[in-house]
Parts: sequence; structure tokens; C-alpha cells
Amino acid sequence: MNPALIKEQFPILNQEINGHPLVYLDSAASSQKPRKVLDALKHYYEWDNANVHRGVHTLGSRATDDYESARERVARFIGAKHTEEIIFTRGTTTAINLVASSYGPSVLGEGDEIVITPMEHHSNLIPWQQLALKTGAALKYIPLQPDGSVKLADVENTVTSKTKIVAMAYVSNVLGVVNPVKQIAEIAHRHGAVMVVDGAQSTPHMKVDVQDLDCDFYAFSGHKMCAPTGIGVLYGKKRLLEAMEPIEFGGEMIDDVGMYESTWKELPYKFEGGTPIIAGAVGLAAAIDFLEEIGMDEIHRHETKLAAYSIERLSEIEGISIYGPREREVGLITFNLDDVHPHDVATVLDASGIAIRAGHHCCQPLMRWLEASATARASFYLYNTEEDIDRLADALIQAKEYFK
Amino acid sequence: MQLDDLYRRVIMDHYKNPRNRGKFDNDVLTVDLNNPTCGDRISLQLIVEDGIVKDARFTGEGCSISMSSASMMTEAVKGLTFEHALQLADRFSSLMKGEDVQFDELEDIEALSGVNKFPARIKCATLAWNALKKGIQES
Repeated sequence: MNPALIKEQFPILNQEINGHPLVYLDSAASSQKPRKVLDALKHYYEWDNANVHRGVHTLGSRATDDYESARERVARFIGAKHTEEIIFTRGTTTAINLVASSYGPSVLGEGDEIVITPMEHHSNLIPWQQLALKTGAALKYIPLQPDGSVKLADVENTVTSKTKIVAMAYVSNVLGVVNPVKQIAEIAHRHGAVMVVDGAQSTPHMKVDVQDLDCDFYAFSGHKMCAPTGIGVLYGKKRLLEAMEPIEFGGEMIDDVGMYESTWKELPYKFEGGTPIIAGAVGLAAAIDFLEEIGMDEIHRHETKLAAYSIERLSEIEGISIYGPREREVGLITFNLDDVHPHDVATVLDASGIAIRAGHHCCQPLMRWLEASATARASFYLYNTEEDIDRLADALIQAKEYFK
Repeated sequence: MQLDDLYRRVIMDHYKNPRNRGKFDNDVLTVDLNNPTCGDRISLQLIVEDGIVKDARFTGEGCSISMSSASMMTEAVKGLTFEHALQLADRFSSLMKGEDVQFDELEDIEALSGVNKFPARIKCATLAWNALKKGIQES
């Protein structure tokens, strides 16, 4: 693949920021959108827009076809066995909250356990905290290795017969580690627990097969993978989803409504109350087409190369601390410069047209574990090049000089 | 965009040599505030007597803008009546909106006027002032 040619397909990247060509290194927060996705949204609103699953008219059918074929597209993309295992949500956060609110209370009671790690994004941490507080279950953390990775022996030592839910990020949004979720799902299952995978940082960057992972739930967001904001996915195994109760009630999700009681539609509709995110689903399907035309393995290889190059270039800078393992398969690097606060780093970089993230990355417990109040993070995607990393390294050296 | 508009020499001086950084030994009015979006934290201590801010100290973690602003704020409000201190806080809000305001109490504060051009950093500069307002309300 040629990232320079790919970059040209993202109109937003072709601009100057503060007098310099934009270098966008914040895709782990939100990715940019290619023309193909923007065109699909425009086409949908200009030709097919209507509400779904109810119109007898032509536009109603077209919108329904667009929406449901997007669901099939997502199912194929992540290797789901059944299309109805794909529930459209607003994003990863909503998807995980759905599992915590609907599945959680049905299996948890006093004395039971939920197992997570300290590296979780707040969206895969607070729903479980709240669930533990409500049900009286204990929230347990698998300890991290000094480099931030998870050892299977520690998982074995933490998960017990009382554990009902194990939840974990496939890829950390700070440390750049890939967790062995397939093996951890196997441990969870051996103890009778379900495995919930936060796929927000993995799905955009590598081939994911939910049947191979054998996870029970898998959540991800569209906006981190070239699709619009406001669309996400919860995958769940059919037999689990079938047994779960909806958490949002209203239009679209009902079968028969009486004065005092109602019944629900079949999967996946019972979890999609209200007019769904139709255009978002259309955009997500277009984004998946775009990514698969390039190839997920190809994208993954490119980012792994960029990660290695960024570690090599940034390690040359005196006074830099890089968090997470040195060897990594994920295109993100979290760091701090001695004596320059990450906000100041981000402002100085922005003056050179380089966009990075600074702050706690929605991972306050992990920041405490790292003993950092904030960090800076550069994250890469298919449109980034080695030249972008050169510009980052040069600007970091300038930032150091500036604050000397 | 000029970085020097933001990081003026006076600001860097307050950042590298913060005034009133530390804690009082005795049990005094303490306000802890953080900026949940970015992780900046300040713990502000005020000694108040008869409606006057007698003394102020702070500890915390944050960027050059938030910490220099805290240094300047504590320097400026010492000896002021609550009314005067709150009026100063209002003037600081005006400064952040790009208005042309003066700080005869401590001219250094005017160096933060450049923050106005960096919208993402305004909340860094106002953290200490928000802590002051909260402290006066609670006293």
C-alpha cells in the first residue's frame, strides 16, 4: 500500500494548520474520513433517506436495504456467525453499557466477581464499577506487568469460579499492547464466565474474527475506523443476546404493545429502540469497504512498521519517556518529555501543524499506575507516513528547546 | 499563530519559579479542583480574616499555563477584600474573552492575554481563579 496515495483520499488532510501541512497523529481518538465515506453519506441523504422498517414507499425500502445490508457487511467484517448478532449502537461506550445494564444484573449477585484490568478506558471500566456497586459483586483487577502487558498466569490467578464477567481491551489506547483475549476468553469460559472485548482500538487496525476469538461480546466504534461519529457496534453471541432484556424501550423495538404490557421484536431489533442511526450505518459499511479494499493485514503491517520507526526516532530524543513495551504491533506511542508538560508539548506541536493528544486519555487509573498525571500520545493510521514521524520528532526537539 | 504570544517570558518565569507554592502548616481553608478533561489539578489554600484574603498558597500538577496562572493569582489576591478579589477574577474572565483589561494589582497577569488565541488552553488558565472563587464562596 502507498500511504501517500491513501492520504490524498482524505480531503481534510490536504490543508495547512498554522502555516504548515497538517500531520494528523490523533487517530486513536478519532480517525479522519475518506472521500468514499463522505460520498456514501451524501448519496444516502440525497437519494435514499427515509425511516426504516415501516415505509411502504420506495425510499423507505431503500433506506431499510441500506441499513440492513450495512449490518450484513459488519457481520462479515468481524466474522460473526449470524447477522442478527450485530446490534448498532452509538459507539463502544453505549455497547458496553448495554452489556453491563442488560446482561450484568441477570448473572451477578453478592459474592460474584467481575474481572477487568487497570489499563481499561473509562468506557470499559465505569460500567463495571457501577454494575458492581448495584449488584454487590466484587470488581477485581488483573495486575499488569511492569511494561503494561498482561500475563496469562495472572489471569489464571484472578479469575475464579465466582467470576461471571471478564472484560478487557483487545488493544490498549495508551500502552499500545495487544492483549491475548483469545486465550483469556478460554480461561473465562473454563470458569463459566463470559468474555467482553473492548474492540475500539483493535477493529480499525487489524483483522478481527469474533468466532476465532470466541469472545461472547465485542464492542467497537465507527468513528475510529473512517466512519462517521455516532455509529458503533455491539456483537454478542446469539443465545446470550436472545436471553437478554432490552434496556431502551420505544418505537422500532416492539412486537405487540398493550395498554399495560408489551412484547419485543426478535434480534437484533429489540435492542435498537427509536429511529436507528441509518446514515451512520451506511457510512460504516462504506468505511469497511474502503478498509478491506486496502486490506486489514496490509494496514496492520503498515502501522507496525510506523510504530517501530516512531520508537526508533523518538528514543533518540534526550529526556523522553516512552510508556508500554518497546516491541509493539500497534501504531500508537505514549510519551512524556522531561520538564515539558504534555499540554505544552501539544500546543507547540500544533503550532507546527501536528495534531497529537495530551491528557489522561480517559484512563485515570492507568495514569496513576504509570505515575503520570498526563501524557502525550501520537497515534497512526493508514494515511500516516514515516515523514509524519520525522516531523513529529523534529517538533519534539523544538519543543524541548523552547522550554529550556 | 505565534507561540511567543502564548508563552511570554513572564509566564515562563512564574512557571519555573512559582510564587506561593506550598502548603500552610495549620488547618486552613483548602479548595481542591481538577480539570477532568486534561488531568490538571490544583490545591489552593487561603488564609482569610474579616473578609480579606490574608495569604494564599497552592500545590498542584499541570502545564505551564495553569501553574503560572496559579502563581500569579496567589500573588495578586494577597491582602485584597473578597469583593476586590472576586472583581479581579471577573476581570480575568474578561481577559480570557479577549477584552482589553488592566491588572494594576499585578501587571504580570496581563501576559496571559495571549491564551485567548488558544481556546483549548483557556481552561488551564482559569483553573486557579475558579478555585479562588470557590474558596471565597465557602469561607
